[in-house]
Amino acid sequence: MDSHHSYSQVKGVSTGVSNLFIKSYVSSKTINKLIQVHDRIFCCIAGSLADAQAVTKMAKFQLSFHSIQMESPPLVKAAASIMRELCYNNKEELQAGFITAGWDRKKGPQIYVVSLGGMLLSQPFTIGGSGSTYIYGYVDAKFKPDMSLEEAIQFSTNALALAMGRDNVSGGVVHLVVITEAEVKHVVVPGNKLPKFHDE
Amino acid sequence: VLPLLSHCSLTMIAVQMKSHCEYDLSASTFSPDGRVFQVEYAMKAVENSSTAIGIRCKDGVVFGVEKLILSKLYEQGSNKRIFNIDRHVGMAVAGLLADARSLSEVSREEASNFRSNYGHDIPLKHLADRVAMYVHAYTLYSAVRPFGCSFILGSYDEDDGPQLYMVDPSGISYGYWGCAIGKAKQAAKTEIEKLQVGVNILYIHIDIYIVHDEVKDKAFELELSWVGEVTKGRHELVPKDIKEEAEKYAKESLEEEDDSDEDNM
Repeated sequence: MDSHHSYSQVKGVSTGVSNLFIKSYVSSKTINKLIQVHDRIFCCIAGSLADAQAVTKMAKFQLSFHSIQMESPPLVKAAASIMRELCYNNKEELQAGFITAGWDRKKGPQIYVVSLGGMLLSQPFTIGGSGSTYIYGYVDAKFKPDMSLEEAIQFSTNALALAMGRDNVSGGVVHLVVITEAEVKHVVVPGNKLPKFHDE
Repeated sequence: VLPLLSHCSLTMIAVQMKSHCEYDLSASTFSPDGRVFQVEYAMKAVENSSTAIGIRCKDGVVFGVEKLILSKLYEQGSNKRIFNIDRHVGMAVAGLLADARSLSEVSREEASNFRSNYGHDIPLKHLADRVAMYVHAYTLYSAVRPFGCSFILGSYDEDDGPQLYMVDPSGISYGYWGCAIGKAKQAAKTEIEKLQVGVNILYIHIDIYIVHDEVKDKAFELELSWVGEVTKGRHELVPKDIKEEAEKYAKESLEEEDDSDEDNM
């Protein structure tokens, strides 16, 4: 899930098995589902990882070309639109959804959801994946607009921890990416270092 | 020599009889002194057209086009020479109007495709570059002729401010503070250079009226459009009342022969 705050942004992804086709074993506990498509723009991937990787690879190329033509860093909306075009035009073949988020000079931090069929939607925060169903109540109750960076990181980590606690196919490691104008920070939190709640 | 001369265009007979012939028949031929005559002839088509002016002010862009009325039977407002390319982009043209219309469609497609792919308004520099590339492509082959028109593109955006670009038949785009194309462009440029930065449409009016008189043509219709903070970033024709007020002011200023205008709308 991602959360978004006025000056910067936190993206968090908890990883474990996500691929339904591998039946009932964990294929990887440490896979990183946060893909960088440009200096200040990242994509969370979901669905068929093969499709998602193919799409992000194409999007990364198109975005880099676009950015060089424009002679300036790309807008987050442009990155999300490129993903959307790819998902919509190839919806018969693909099974991948994305959360595109990042920072640009024009509108600051933004989050866009690109769903399976190619819908593009901008949101202040968003959650996705199999574990997300267990935390809708939590995020709806706890989200406040204009959180500070630390609050946003705490909010994301808590939400992910709760999801991982209840979803049998989520777990392993939490990857967090914090994107600000100045830098991009990648934080990895192993499962046993996550905050503990009453469900345990 | 005589049979060769009969192939040259008439206008060339007056000037440098030898070097133009043989090398000016197609755009795919250079002359010995490195010129492509077909492109230069295309620019002549622009010079024979009536004037179009664009001025980049501090909070917007204004276009003014002098549309010569060849017959009293023409419907007022027909054959517009200012086009809307996208919500935020306008185009004023000079030269062959049919060529210009075709290019306005090309520009519209470019802007629309950009929006479809990237989700936001096309930056004007990028649009100017893309259309200029298209115009340039027609200067490469003998099977087609270059476009016989120049055009001025203008837009206003909250973050990037007002922008003005001009594209000529050779396929180069130039960014400008103020620019004029057409028969009275030199006189218009002189007038524009006198202006300070941060002016408004009154001056476009005065410019067109001044240069029109200097050209000594018959009746003309003035087309005015603007895009800026005042229109919230949308390119529109100037409303009738403001246009009439500016026209009145221009005519009066001309009568007084007064150039130092400090007014603000």
